[in-house]
Amino acid sequence: MSNIIEIRNLTFKYANDEGNETVAIDGLDLNIEEGSFVAVLGHNGSGKSTLAKHLNGILQPTDGTVLVAGMDTRDENLITDIRRQVGMVFQNPDNQIVANVVEDDVAFGPENLGVEPAEIRRRVDEALKAVDMWEFRSHAPHLLSGGQKQRVAIAGVIAMRPRCIVLDEPTAMLDPAGRAEVIDTVMRLNKEQGITVVLITHHMSETINADRLIVMSDGRIVEDGRPEQVFANVQKLRDAGLTVPETTQLIYELRREGIDLPLDALSVEACADSIYKAFA
Amino acid sequence: MTPIVKTEGLTHLYSPGTPFERIAVQGLDFQAMKGEFIGIIGHTGSGKSTFIQHLNGLLKPTEGRVLFEGEDIWSSKTKTHGVRFKVGLVFQYPEYQLFEETVYKDIAFGPKNMKLSDEEIDARVREAAGFVGIGEELLEKSPFDLSGGQKRRVAIAGVIAMRPDVLILDEPTAGLDPAGSAEILANIKEYHRGMGSTVLLVTHSMEDAARSVDRLLVFSGGHIVMDGTPPEIFARADELAVIDLGVPEVTKVVARLHKLGLDVPANIYTVEQAKAALMKLKGGAADA
Amino acid sequence: MLKNITLGQYFPGSTFVHRLDPRTKLLIIVVYIVALFLVDKIAAYLPVIVFLALSVAISKIKPKVLVSGMKPLFIIIVITAIINLFFTSGEPIFKLWVISVTKEGVRAAIFMLLRISLLIMGTFMLTYTTAPMQLTDGLESLLGPLKKIKVPVHELAMMMSIALRFIPTLIEETDKIMNAQKARGADFETGGLLQKAKAMLPLLIPLFISAFRRADELATAMESRCYSGGDGRTKMKQLSYGSIDAIAGAAVIILLAAVILLNTFGV
Repeated sequence: MSNIIEIRNLTFKYANDEGNETVAIDGLDLNIEEGSFVAVLGHNGSGKSTLAKHLNGILQPTDGTVLVAGMDTRDENLITDIRRQVGMVFQNPDNQIVANVVEDDVAFGPENLGVEPAEIRRRVDEALKAVDMWEFRSHAPHLLSGGQKQRVAIAGVIAMRPRCIVLDEPTAMLDPAGRAEVIDTVMRLNKEQGITVVLITHHMSETINADRLIVMSDGRIVEDGRPEQVFANVQKLRDAGLTVPETTQLIYELRREGIDLPLDALSVEACADSIYKAFA
Repeated sequence: MTPIVKTEGLTHLYSPGTPFERIAVQGLDFQAMKGEFIGIIGHTGSGKSTFIQHLNGLLKPTEGRVLFEGEDIWSSKTKTHGVRFKVGLVFQYPEYQLFEETVYKDIAFGPKNMKLSDEEIDARVREAAGFVGIGEELLEKSPFDLSGGQKRRVAIAGVIAMRPDVLILDEPTAGLDPAGSAEILANIKEYHRGMGSTVLLVTHSMEDAARSVDRLLVFSGGHIVMDGTPPEIFARADELAVIDLGVPEVTKVVARLHKLGLDVPANIYTVEQAKAALMKLKGGAADA
Repeated sequence: MLKNITLGQYFPGSTFVHRLDPRTKLLIIVVYIVALFLVDKIAAYLPVIVFLALSVAISKIKPKVLVSGMKPLFIIIVITAIINLFFTSGEPIFKLWVISVTKEGVRAAIFMLLRISLLIMGTFMLTYTTAPMQLTDGLESLLGPLKKIKVPVHELAMMMSIALRFIPTLIEETDKIMNAQKARGADFETGGLLQKAKAMLPLLIPLFISAFRRADELATAMESRCYSGGDGRTKMKQLSYGSIDAIAGAAVIILLAAVILLNTFGV
């Protein structure tokens, strides 16, 4: 498989309120394979949102390059093409819905691209069905729940037929039910339509089913691998200001007592079964 | 002893008499004693937000009564206004209500409305800032120059500065990363210990509830469906599942171990407890 | 509660009036207003009233709703009528101290009363039967030719629709902030005007800050969805005139003709 995103030596600096230079991303290299589900975990200020904003050219690198489907995000002539390939879903569901009616909002992207009206209609219906919001097509967005609003936002992105969706903390403002709705939706889009998903979050439980988990701290990647491998590095995650799932935590604690257990038993079943084997 | 807050048959209807009429909470009987640390869990729309807004008189019951130290808070206008200072309510995302030029002034807003003396206000502002870990050097800064987590803590201090006998927090850790959440929870525990106040904590996190509170209320469909200690509540995992609420991950692991035939107690809800129980088992096995 | 306030209220439906192209409705309201201001014989009000009554009946909007919508404007209407009643010079009917009521005054008062009421009810009918987004679309399309003289029609329409989209969100937010400040002892109800204005400060500052934050985030979200102004944009919902628009158009022309006719021959 080819890479949809290629990042070489990305550095991003900005002047903070006091005029001091702050390094948000510090010489980062990253390839994202097309069709994969990549989760990016990090505490506030780790640089994960800044990274997200580089993936569709909202921010331009201070140094280094970001290539989206081979296109350099610094090339202004390519910016519309880049944004057509990489859709973005943001944290606050209220601040990304433009229109007064759900279906009109989903149509906003394709309309901007100048798609034919009949084709827009087709895409809007398809997108709303894909996120399971079709029954709500003529509702006013402000009457929807947080999870429903985020699914409308996702529909608005997929109506543009992107190859990749970047979600920048899409669940931070949602309740557990809303969080599950959003995560299930993007997982399905990834599996069924093969859309590449980059999920930025600080909820570790949302990253368990990802193909790949990247942990960021101080503008760098500190961990990169399959979720069960990454979570096994309990100490490193704690140093990055993160917590590990309770399952991993329990195994980690028991190992410290000298009991031989596999650290990558992430699910409740795997964790319980391995403990049972060791204790029975 | 008189409960510090109590509700009797509390019912609230939204938009009564219109086609949009909706029952938010129905027939709630609840009481809390001084010094209790109570967690409230339930889905969005389960009635928990409506419930807490009754305890400080922001909402008026459609039916039933709300009592503070045994007296109806709606018996006179002064009582209703006064209870706002005795029952402090921190809303969700409280950082969005900051408005003063300095952190100090913002924290002082509540005490000022209480018409306290300047010295008393000063003492309370510093005390409240201390509880939430906002250092002296930040007091003269503009609240809008602070980080998200700091803003949140300033907003909480603004309520703590009124020294409420009952402190209610609606999801104080929403949207924060694990480190920020842990810090705020520690601040709240500190206030609870230091002041001996009653604390009501609305949360979506079973893990947070398990680690912090002595008593849990479970809301569903406008009713309090469960009320007990965390071990009591988490032992009813099947009933919680029916109303789409879970138990902490570690409780699930222990339940599975139990099912597999390992002799561990069922009412475990923190990693520490699980570890202790398992190690005891190991010790026992080694002895045998 | 603030949440119950609705601005530019729209009552969804699928009647003849609802289904009209928004441009038709906008043009009809213009002709209706012209007709209303052309009236200079009392009899000429008759076709206007009939036209309004018919559209109310067809659209199934309850007359009660229309009348209660006028309530906030009631005082203005009455004052205007009274001013006309007492301060129009002419042939006096009766005189009391310095106040005199003239025949012309009575006529002017009745005219003013009818004109303002019919004007307001007519425009209400437009907003009651047309979704806000449709109205903006209609305006954008009708004003389209102005683009040639560099009027930013698309941008204005976009601003209007975003404003409409965010009104409920901001109302909800005001409600939240108000409750939060009340919980800290803020008093929005008692005190004089100055005190009340001062109490609004803790409300307005956070509201403005949040509105700016929202605007900033919305702009980023719109750019991310390839928005770059009106050029090259298409629309999913195409406006199109149908036979019902022709019928409605004919009706309003008949209205105009009837008014002119009755102006000439009526009393």
